[in-house]
Amino acid sequence: MEQWPVLYQQWKQFIIAGEAVTPWQKYFVLFYQAFMEADRWKQYLNGVGTTLTVTAMALAMGVTIGVIVAVIRTSHAQQRPGRRNPVLGLINLVCRVYVTVIRGTPMMVQLLIMGMVIFKSSRNFTMVGALSLGINSGAYVSEIIRGGLMSLDPGQAEAGRSLGLNYFDTMRFIVVPQAIKAILPALGNEFIILLKDTSLITVIGGKELLYAAQGIYSRTYEQMFPLFGIAIIYLILVMIFSWLQGILERRLRQSDRR
Amino acid sequence: MIDVKNLSKSFGHHLVLDDISQHIYPGEKVVIIGPSGSGKSTFLRCLNLLEEPTKGVITFDGTVITDPKAKIDLIRRQMGMVFQHFNLFPNMTIRKNITLAPVRTGLMKQSEADADAETLLERVGLRDRVDAYPAQLSGGQKQRVAIVRALAMRPKVMLFDEPTSALDPEMVGEVLEVMKQLADEGMTMVVVTHEMGFAREVGSRILFMADGKVLEEAPPAQLFGSPTHPRLKDFLSKVL
Ligand SMILES: Nc1ncnc2c1ncn2[C@@H]1O[C@H](COP(=O)(O)OP(=O)(O)O)[C@@H](O)[C@H]1O
Ligand SMILES: [Mg+2]
Repeated sequence: MEQWPVLYQQWKQFIIAGEAVTPWQKYFVLFYQAFMEADRWKQYLNGVGTTLTVTAMALAMGVTIGVIVAVIRTSHAQQRPGRRNPVLGLINLVCRVYVTVIRGTPMMVQLLIMGMVIFKSSRNFTMVGALSLGINSGAYVSEIIRGGLMSLDPGQAEAGRSLGLNYFDTMRFIVVPQAIKAILPALGNEFIILLKDTSLITVIGGKELLYAAQGIYSRTYEQMFPLFGIAIIYLILVMIFSWLQGILERRLRQSDRR
Repeated sequence: MIDVKNLSKSFGHHLVLDDISQHIYPGEKVVIIGPSGSGKSTFLRCLNLLEEPTKGVITFDGTVITDPKAKIDLIRRQMGMVFQHFNLFPNMTIRKNITLAPVRTGLMKQSEADADAETLLERVGLRDRVDAYPAQLSGGQKQRVAIVRALAMRPKVMLFDEPTSALDPEMVGEVLEVMKQLADEGMTMVVVTHEMGFAREVGSRILFMADGKVLEEAPPAQLFGSPTHPRLKDFLSKVL
């Protein structure tokens, strides 16, 4: 390990001078250049940190927006006919437009609009990126939650209401706890998509993992190691979260068989 | 106790209930029979506004419940309902299934409701299952719990929608037994069923429904003994 910098300098000079080197020596130089020289691994580590932070922020925002939109849309749909609340109707319309626009346009375009039009003057690219991802994710999460609520046997809510429970108690104690179980797998997938989509925020200058790799290969002109490197990092992150998701789902299923 | 005036209900253009007027008196056991699709469930579900009537006025204990300003949650507390498919809450223990509504609506404190649930379960022979989950019970046991859950709200009337139709034959008896016991205690009941033996034995009045109308109504001896409407004769010849 200690002689790595020495070997790196030596073999790098060979390559520059056009002398013959073994493939092993060549890859060592590229590897060292991509990850070790000038402590570049710290840049990847910062990138991972930002990627995870942005994912967490976007997810929190996505779930918050998603729950609100889903509740508005289902409670609008479940009003007794002829007794519809016009204010709720208007809010519902806004929610529908939001979901349609977000799901009907590419994530990349939304990011560019947010970064270069709406928040043109903002310098905090990473935050603008997280905000865009959160707004995007909210539309998908709201559809996931709405699907979960609708997949539940309507007899469950009817039983609650027939006992005299009001709408919100019925949702809180009967519908939502059962819907969460149905929603969790899809929500896990949304989380994984979000994690990978953070790489898109580089287009507006967000400083996450891909941004780190780009910064490095723009100096070294060697793309293979930085790109493979971050691909492996994304893969490992996704695998860790899939594994955690599996544990959570298995635990929930166990309580079913009780 | 429940007064129904000119009740009609349509789903889209499909007229399911056609101008029904009925009065259910305190202590009465009204049994509704009729071919499937005739609107029996819809009629029952209009009584506690699980379905919104298209036309007509329903009055419960002097309150016009079809009035848009009626406090529907308060009214439903006084009307128990038992469903064909039980509709127990699978995410809760039997105890929680029974005590949730009395506690949340402020009728009882949790400790009172717990004690009450155990007393009621004792009466249907399920006291020892109080900490079980619905998935661990047989169909007959689930339906008995569902009856107890409705009774825990101390309703003035109980609505039953084919409570034994989803049960294996050997479990029908245990549920009917609980319903008979309830009838003997003087509960006002409206029961949709295909159990003609139960209708004959427990019913104080039988309604025969077809095509969204009550075509014939009479005490059981008369309705089963000397049916007049051809549709009823036809129906009885098939089910008896
Ligand atoms: N929610 C609904 N939407 C549309 N049609 C319905 C709905 N509920 C019941 N119906 C129709 O109303 C008719 C009567 O149904 P129902 O009251 O369930 O009859 P029964 O209980 O006597 O079998 C049937 O033709 C059924 O298809
Ligand atoms: Mg029915």
